Amino acid sequence: MKALVWHGTTDIRCESVPDPRIEHERDAIIKVTSCAICGSDLHLYDHFMPGMKSGDIMGHETMGEVVEVGSAAKSALKVGDRVVIPFTIICGECEQCKRGNFSVCERSNRNKELGDTAFGHSTAGLFGYTHLTGGYPGGQAEYLRVPMADATHIKVPDGIPDEKLLFLSDIFPTGWQAAVQCDIEPTDTVAIWGCGPVGQMAIRSAVLLGAKQVVAIDRLPERLSMARAGGAITINFEEESVIERLNDLTGGKGPEKCIDAVGLEAHATGSIDSVYDRAKQAMMLETDRPHVLREMMYVCRPAGVLSIPGVYGGLLDKLPLGAVMNKGLTIRTGQTHVNRWTDDLLNRILDNQIDPSFVITHTEPLERGPEMYKTFRDKQDGCIKVVLKPGMNGALHA
Amino acid sequence: MHSVVPRSALRGRSQSSHDKLATSLGLFSIALGVAELLAPRAVCRAAGIEGLEKVIQAYGAREIATGVAILTSHDPEPWIWARVAGDVADIATVATGLRQDNARKDNNVVALATLVAVTAVDVVCASGLTAEKGGRRTAIADYNDRSGFPKGLQASRGAARDFKVPKDMRIPDLLRPRVA
Repeated sequence: MKALVWHGTTDIRCESVPDPRIEHERDAIIKVTSCAICGSDLHLYDHFMPGMKSGDIMGHETMGEVVEVGSAAKSALKVGDRVVIPFTIICGECEQCKRGNFSVCERSNRNKELGDTAFGHSTAGLFGYTHLTGGYPGGQAEYLRVPMADATHIKVPDGIPDEKLLFLSDIFPTGWQAAVQCDIEPTDTVAIWGCGPVGQMAIRSAVLLGAKQVVAIDRLPERLSMARAGGAITINFEEESVIERLNDLTGGKGPEKCIDAVGLEAHATGSIDSVYDRAKQAMMLETDRPHVLREMMYVCRPAGVLSIPGVYGGLLDKLPLGAVMNKGLTIRTGQTHVNRWTDDLLNRILDNQIDPSFVITHTEPLERGPEMYKTFRDKQDGCIKVVLKPGMNGALHA
Repeated sequence: MHSVVPRSALRGRSQSSHDKLATSLGLFSIALGVAELLAPRAVCRAAGIEGLEKVIQAYGAREIATGVAILTSHDPEPWIWARVAGDVADIATVATGLRQDNARKDNNVVALATLVAVTAVDVVCASGLTAEKGGRRTAIADYNDRSGFPKGLQASRGAARDFKVPKDMRIPDLLRPRVA
């Protein structure tokens, strides 16, 4: 089959690899109908995330049709079922899964020792991600093996385009969880850093959950225009001071709820701490660039909440924890507990409360995936979200 | 939605011919730097210059640092431009050998011609990488019709207020705003 394969820093190729097969009785194989490139894939593409190996298959936003089911998964799945695959692999049986904390499933990371070493205790296995989270082959491919498939799936109905459902795999529940863990009140201002796909979903989620005002921060005009379309007041951080504007919008008190939808590769052009972070990162003295964390810790209203769906990978420097402690801020973060939210979110899609396909700017054949990584990373051609289709006629797009 | 995206990489690859060229230039930088650092006298002789061994060693360190940066960075473009700047310094240095009394003037001319050729390759590579990254002018700046709310923005504000925030994600009552 064809798959997008990681070979090193910025080197992803569309190659022929062996078809996946059932390896365990809880496995299923799905034929991929749509997959997407996620912002967190770019951390692997740029090789900021440790634990990648040449030959790894990329991708963790995938949906398709079940074509083979292991004996122990047959009670939950059958051939022909249409499924979205959550990016977190879950056993559904461990203590964390039973509590709904699916992203920290205790059993699905097959490289538990690596996870334990890196993070103290291992987290769930993830598709198409670093070997710290299991190193499972990903879904930017024609077929995907789904481990623990009886639990790791979201069944979706026929008759609805893939584009409306695909993002149940990651970015929609990720943006939703980011807003939910803010516990939004009708009087709240929610400030969201980053208007990429997760930021856009967080904006819509905060609007649906009834925030008084939602403020979105970015520097790219096309992303800011999409944020405004979703109901956000926008701040272009290259043109004005984020802190001054947020204070202006909140009567000098700061936003109650702050969401970091940027993560470890902040591009805070012109800020002194950004230059500092880049220098330290180049010298391998710091893995992540936490400009957004610093800014939201500083501007958040006392007793407020910092919600962090943005991905961080390792060690960070010069965080103003004094501000966090003295203002009594609450920090909530984590990979998304996808299956905790998807039944509700699917109903909201079916009820036409939201159509997540608004975020798609590019639909391309799988074979063009590698260069779409580059287009997405460099934010060329107005790119915000790329969907890849195995079997799509590439000749039309050559 | 877009149907055609300008091709920016080799078919089936995330890297362009300029990315591949940058990798080659990074390896070349390191090889040349090691030679300059360890055998400055031989390099001087080959380039038809004399008495600049310390300078050549310093240039060697620069070449190695640039090469490592090119090979390890996810964005080689600024480092290839740094090579171009280094090329200018190299040419200025080697050009000091263009004296009538230089016994190795032939070597000197060949070295200068080689440097000019390498500079041209560096400029082609750097310009190509810069063009591939493009400017913000290539962005399509207007997605103002993409609310994502089929029922409209106003009807969607607070439409999910019925959602019950799970107990583990609620903020403590003491931190909630007081309702008058």
